[in-house]
Formats: sequence, structure tokens, C-alpha cells
Amino acid sequence: MTIHKGRGFACINYPIGMNLGGDPSQALVHATPDGKFMVTLSSIDLGQGMKSVTRQIAAEALGVPVSDVYVDTADSDTGPHCMGSFASRGTHRVGNAVIRAATEARSQLLEAAAEELEVDAGDLQLDGRGNIHVKGAPHKSISVADTSIAAQFRQGRTLAGRGIFLVPPSNADSETGEMSPVTCFAHAALVVDLEVDDETGEVTVLEINSAYEVGRALNPKLVEQQLVGGAWMGLSHALYETTEPRYPEREHLPIDFNSYVMPGPGNIAQHNIAILERPAEDAPYGGKGPGEMCANPVLPAVANAVFNAVGVRCDTLPITPERVLRGIRKNGGARPQGRPR
Amino acid sequence: MSTVEFRKALFADERKDDFNEIGRPTIRQDILGHVTGRSKFYDDHLFDGLLHMRCVRSPHHHARIRAVDTRSAESMQGVRRIVRPEDVPVNLNTLLSLIGFGKNDEALLTPKKVSYKGEPILAIIADTERQARAAVDAVEVDWEPLPHVLNVEEALQPDAPVVNEIYPNNTFEYYDKYDHQKLRFGDVNKAFADAELIVEGRYQMSPIEQAPMETCGAIAAPETNDRYVCHTSTQALFFSLATTSKLLDLPSARLHFIGGTVGGGFGGKVDSIVEPMSVLGAMLTGRPVKFMWDRSEEMQVGAPRGAELWDIKDAVDRNGRIIARRFTGYFDSGAYTRLSSYAVVKSTGHLPGPYTIPNVASNVFCVFTNRTPATAMRGFGITGVDFAIECQMDRVATAVGMDPIELRILNAYRDGDMKAHRRIAKNTALIECCQVAADKANWRLSYEARRQSSLTGGGGRRAEIPETEIDEEGMIGERRQKIMPSEPLSGTGRRSRIPAGTVNGEEVKAAPAQHPEMEGLRSDSLRISEKANLPPASPPAPPPQIPPYSKTGPSQRPEGKTSERNSPATRSRRRRSNISRFISGTRRR
Repeated sequence: MTIHKGRGFACINYPIGMNLGGDPSQALVHATPDGKFMVTLSSIDLGQGMKSVTRQIAAEALGVPVSDVYVDTADSDTGPHCMGSFASRGTHRVGNAVIRAATEARSQLLEAAAEELEVDAGDLQLDGRGNIHVKGAPHKSISVADTSIAAQFRQGRTLAGRGIFLVPPSNADSETGEMSPVTCFAHAALVVDLEVDDETGEVTVLEINSAYEVGRALNPKLVEQQLVGGAWMGLSHALYETTEPRYPEREHLPIDFNSYVMPGPGNIAQHNIAILERPAEDAPYGGKGPGEMCANPVLPAVANAVFNAVGVRCDTLPITPERVLRGIRKNGGARPQGRPR
Repeated sequence: MSTVEFRKALFADERKDDFNEIGRPTIRQDILGHVTGRSKFYDDHLFDGLLHMRCVRSPHHHARIRAVDTRSAESMQGVRRIVRPEDVPVNLNTLLSLIGFGKNDEALLTPKKVSYKGEPILAIIADTERQARAAVDAVEVDWEPLPHVLNVEEALQPDAPVVNEIYPNNTFEYYDKYDHQKLRFGDVNKAFADAELIVEGRYQMSPIEQAPMETCGAIAAPETNDRYVCHTSTQALFFSLATTSKLLDLPSARLHFIGGTVGGGFGGKVDSIVEPMSVLGAMLTGRPVKFMWDRSEEMQVGAPRGAELWDIKDAVDRNGRIIARRFTGYFDSGAYTRLSSYAVVKSTGHLPGPYTIPNVASNVFCVFTNRTPATAMRGFGITGVDFAIECQMDRVATAVGMDPIELRILNAYRDGDMKAHRRIAKNTALIECCQVAADKANWRLSYEARRQSSLTGGGGRRAEIPETEIDEEGMIGERRQKIMPSEPLSGTGRRSRIPAGTVNGEEVKAAPAQHPEMEGLRSDSLRISEKANLPPASPPAPPPQIPPYSKTGPSQRPEGKTSERNSPATRSRRRRSNISRFISGTRRR
């Protein structure tokens, strides 16, 4: 029995938003009487952080603290239309709709403040802490709360905004496949180090080193949890999971988590992540949405590392011990390829 | 277990980082409810008098329903209602009819013939889940099993059983013309004829369960205002609402959908089956009804990420430059379309991966087989082909004896390059990701590879659209007549050429804000420097020198189906760095 070390590489890009467009999302923003802001959506927070990221985007675009913004979502009676949380479209489409809604509300907020301060709205700015003041004259100021009270009870104004973001639908060409699939792409590259036991065929992933280009990490902790969780899912896809272990035959079908195999806490590899930010011109503050793409490079990187370790090309997923062993046997033994530089 | 760092120096001149709230971690506004177990998920809306709905499902891959006997089930304790196919007002749908793509091909409850094991033909509503399960077991069905097909290549044979009568050729139909989606760019046949090396691979992506902790489900209840409220696990609230409205022939204003606290989705909660089922139950009984998949249904009846089979063939020159790439892809859609037809087009727009390859052709099929319909999952349409492409890149690297990362950098797309779908690449960052990942892993790259950039070296000749060979192979129905090309541009169908530079459409951009006050997308308010939007630097950077690769690593012996056309003597020359030669080659123009 020998344990062989292997290292594999893969890199990818990933399209952000629905292919060929046609997937709008809307947002509404309005101020409460004392200058807090409600963002109303129908988008779904699957746990990925939709509510957190839209809240931050709204706060940034309004110029108020994040604690003064609340996101109310996923009630079809109150929330305007959203296509849904899929296709890496949440941050990009909904985020842009929120920027537009918040920008309109902010402009009304500044007009109301301008009337109170008897200055031009164009001379005002928000300090991000709940105050509006004249540019270059911080003493001449009014709070967002007082502005909102004045707007509602003295001036008779709404402080509200609406936003929609749509990449208009287009078609693919039947003869050439010409198309405008999406407007921006995220990127990733990743090195997997692992060991293969040539007696049992078992693969143990030791370490992942990765670089993910996400446009802008709008919330670094949410990005981190996506990348860590996504890499785990990638390992799980590469080595363990399938609903049909004898595909295409429909036999031995798993029906619970005893028979549907996934890696446990002991199988989680060290993952060292570098985040790159090349903002996309039509993305909210440049952010591209890292959630879907982060699992993708792991699958081929694992397969390539197994080849590097024992010389077996595992072209069928998942890379089970059985498949590795059959490959080693077919080759007449393990054929380590030597460590790349 | 994980470390995170930011490489802020890269692309720094394209960003402004002066934010108040963006770029900071925040506490989730709903975290307190989540960690104390008090957040309400759909299954926490347990109305008084809640009824439970379960389905009678096919035990066969493919079978005709001769007769259904529900007499003993009807008389069982607690049974309130047998729901039959004829109770569904509009019992035929396809999900993407919402965006006008594809034909209605799937019933909510199937009336005559089932096409996969687990297909629902009847539902039973009872006071308790146990009673509903017992009544389901008591339904007697007289089945006439039919020949079935589970393998995508067998499903494309002329005499294969018809899985889905709406698509009698076992393929989704594109543009009322072809049985697949085409991609044609350049002259692939000529490039292969001239190739020094051909590298082939076949890759199989497995079907995978989305495996959310919370299984798919919905609870619907009649309200006093002649409306129905529906608490749902959906990933797409209005998608599910519109699908329910269509299947049940109910105006959307009579539906009130509430969701948004979801125990994981990963793509498996888009299909909008549980919502119309539960609302239908509430309509028929006048009571609140829950329809929820148990774990075995989630895994075997709930649509998985579908299997994909990809054949890739590359023509490679001795320097490691891929000069042509040919794909045939098969998405196993299962018995009905759901979203696989869309994934086929999405994957086609993704080919040939993040590389600039001057000749590309692909045929991608959405194939019907007698298995659970496939649907979306994280990376939908992309994960499987990325697995194939990146395993293939490794094979090419081994075949030409190049470092695998340097091979990617050599072939990587850059700002200003023309992509195979006939749009210019911009905002690219593949090379930088390769360099940073290598750096973190102490994977030593040559100086030449380290100094490459996505910002330079693209455009110019690489921005041109070549003259392209096209064909009319793979017309709908031809397979049944035994006319079956094995790969793109290999059949006997009519061929023609379209001139270099042919573009029919144009770059699609986001619709502008409808009112100036909403316009928040100017570069200053987004903190994106104007530099980010500049056309790529042209002409490219000065020609780099050619340092030799210090070759270590994989053996030079070509593996598997690799075929070589050059003599062994030329092989050692491949070891030299080819990146600079490629880049300077583009510069000569």
C-alpha cells in the first residue's frame, strides 16, 4: 500500500444573471416618519444573504447607516416583481434595482432637506451617519430623522423610490449560436492538493489554494462563507455525491443521508482564499455575485490531482474509490506523474 | 480551516474603495430568529384543520395506465378527497412558458402514460399524513409497462422508445428546425486537418441532489376574501405564483404567496410543483392543505441536477496553442423539459470556456430519457461543461508537455478578444486568478507566465470574427430516418460559408433607468473608475523574451486517445515557453 500525493489545477469563468437576459427585478424604498428606510422586495433569501446585501446596497445608495434600513421581502401582496434567486442574478439584478430605488428616494430626501435649510439640494450631502449637511459647511445641517418628519408632516412630500433592473431579452442564432449571453463574468482558479491510497482507492483532500475574482466583495463575510461552502460542495460533487450511482441504470438509488454520501466534518480541507476585485461596469458597485461559480473549479481540479497522484483519468463523476482502483488496475499499478512546480 | 485575503493591488486603478457600508461585514437582520429557532419557515404555518396531501406514483420507468381503482382508498379513515388529473384545470405546462420558450409537455398529475419512476398520477388528501400515506398504498393501478430508455445516446437512436409525446424524437426542438443548439465559429474542419496534435476526451457529469435541509413544500389555505394564501419554500416567488395561476386557471390577484425564509435551495426550489398542488388541495377541500416532499421524494422525485455527457476534441499546435475545439454535449433532461432546454443554450454561450480559440464548433442536445426530470442546480448549465473543459485542458497540457497553469495562461481570453458567441470579451481576470492561485500554492510559474495580464495582449487579430463554415445537419426528425451526424460538421447535410466579420445582433446592455432620479449607475456613484470601461490597451505590450521552461512534472508520453502527427524529435521543442510566441504572434499584425 502506498499513499501518493497529487496536485491539480483548474480555472473557470462564470456568467452572471440569466442567459440571454429578460429577467427583471424591482425594488421599492420608502422612509418611515422618523427617517428610517424600508426596502420592499419579493426576492428570496435562501440563506445566501440576499437581505444583508440589499440592505447594505440601499444604505450606501441612500447615504444612511445600515442600521437605519430594513429589508422586507417575499410577500407577493407588497413586494414588486422579481424573477427569483437563481442564475447568480440576485446581487446583480436586485442590487441594481435597489440602487435605483434608493437613489430616487435619496434625491427626494435631499430636496426636503434643502427646503428646511433654505439651500440648493445640489449643495447638500449625506454623512452616512444620519445627517445631511451643506458641502464644506458641516455646521449647517439637519438630521435625516428631522428631514423625514418635516417632509411628511410639514411639506407633504414622500421620500420614496422605485427601481427596476432589466437586461432586455435577446435570442441565440440557430445557425452560429451567436448571442449576448450575459453582461459580466466572475473568475476563479484553484489548486487542490490531495492523497490517493492505491490499495483502497480512497482520496483525501489536504488543501485548497484559490483565487476568486468577484467584481467587488460587497460583504466580505458573506463572500467568504459562499467561497468556503461552495468549495465544500465542489469536493462533495467530485468525490461523493450522486442520486444515481449506477447511472444511467436506475439502481441502488439513495433515498436518505445514510445512502446519499457527503463528506463529513472530518473531510473538510484547509482552504486558503484570495479575493480579487475587478468591478464590472453594470454591476452594483461592481459586485458580480460569487455564489454559484465557486464550486465549479473544484471538480476538475480534484480529477486532475488524482491523475497527478496515480495516473488515472477519472472522467466520470463522482470519483469513487471503486473508479480509482479500477483505473489503477487497468494501468497495471499506480503511475505517479511527479509533482508540478 | 480557511483563510481569506484580499489582493487589493490588482485592478486597483479600476476601483474606488471609499464606502460607508459596502465592503463591510454586517449582522443578518434575521439572525436572532434563526439561531434561536424561531424564524418561521413554510412548515411552521400549521393552520387549524390542516390537511395533508400525498401522491400515488409510478413504480415503472415507462408505462400506460390501464385502470385506477380508488374505491378502498376512498373509504379509509380520514380521507377527504382523491385528486385526479381531471381536477387540474389546465393540466399541461412547461416552466419556461413564462418567457415563451418551449412547448407545454408536463402534467401536474399525469392522466394516461407515465414516463419516469415516481411520476405522480393521483393525489390523496387526508386529515393526517399517516392516513394519506395509507390511502396512497391502497390505490390499485393496472399498469402496462412499456419499453424504456435511460441512456442519452440510446435515446437518440432511430428506433428508441418515445419518452415524451410532445417531443417524439426524444430531443428538445430548437428554432423549429434543429434537434440541438449549434455553435459555429471559424473553420473547424480545416483546423483539424492541419493539426499537429489531436486530443480527445469524453466526460460524464453525474446527476446530483440539491440536498437542502428543508425539503420542498408549501402550505395553502383559503382566505375569507376569496383568495388563497400560500406559504412556500420557493426560490422564485413570482415564478411559482405565475405557474400556479396558469395550471389552476386562477387570476394571479387571487393568490397571495409568502416565502423568503428558506432552508436552502441550490436550484431545487424553482420547479413550482408543490405550490399548485397545495393550492389545488385548498381549492378542492376548502381547507388548509400541506404538500411536502419527504426526504426520499426530495432525492428521487424532486428534480436533481441532470447528468451531462461531453465529448471534446482539440486540435493543438506543438506550442500548446489550441487552434480548434469541437464539442458534442448531451444534457439528460429526464422525461420532461423543465429547464434543461435553457441550460443547453447557456452552456453553448459558455463554450469553449475562458479561452481564445480561433475555431470552435459544438452541437448540444437536450435529450429526453425515462428518468426523473432534471432541473437547475448551483452552476446550472456550466458546472458539467467546466468539469469537461478543465479535465481536457489537463490532458492537453500532458500531451504537449506543458505546465498545466501555463497552458491555461497561454490560451486564456483577454480584454478585447472575440468570443465564439461573437461578442468581445471585457472585464476579464482569468490570468490574474491563475497567477494568484499558483502563488498561494507555491506552484512556481515562469517569469514569462507571471508577467502576463488580462489587460494586454488581447484584441487586434484576436478580435476578428473568422469566415465560418455552417451546415444544416441535425434537422428535427432526421434521426428517426437514420440520418445522424456523429459530431459537428461531420454529416452529409448542406454546407455553406458565412463571411468573416459576420455579426447579426449586437451587444445587449441593461435597460436605462426610466427616470433620471433613479440613475445610480454612473461610474462615480458606483465607485468604478472610468478606466474599467476603457477599450483594451492596443497595441499589446512589448514582446516578451522567450525563456525556456524548466521542465519538471508529467511525463511526455501522450496518453489515451491522444494522437500525434509530429515526429518525436520535435517534441522537445514543445518544452519551451510558448506564451510569448503566441502573444508576439498577434502583435505582428
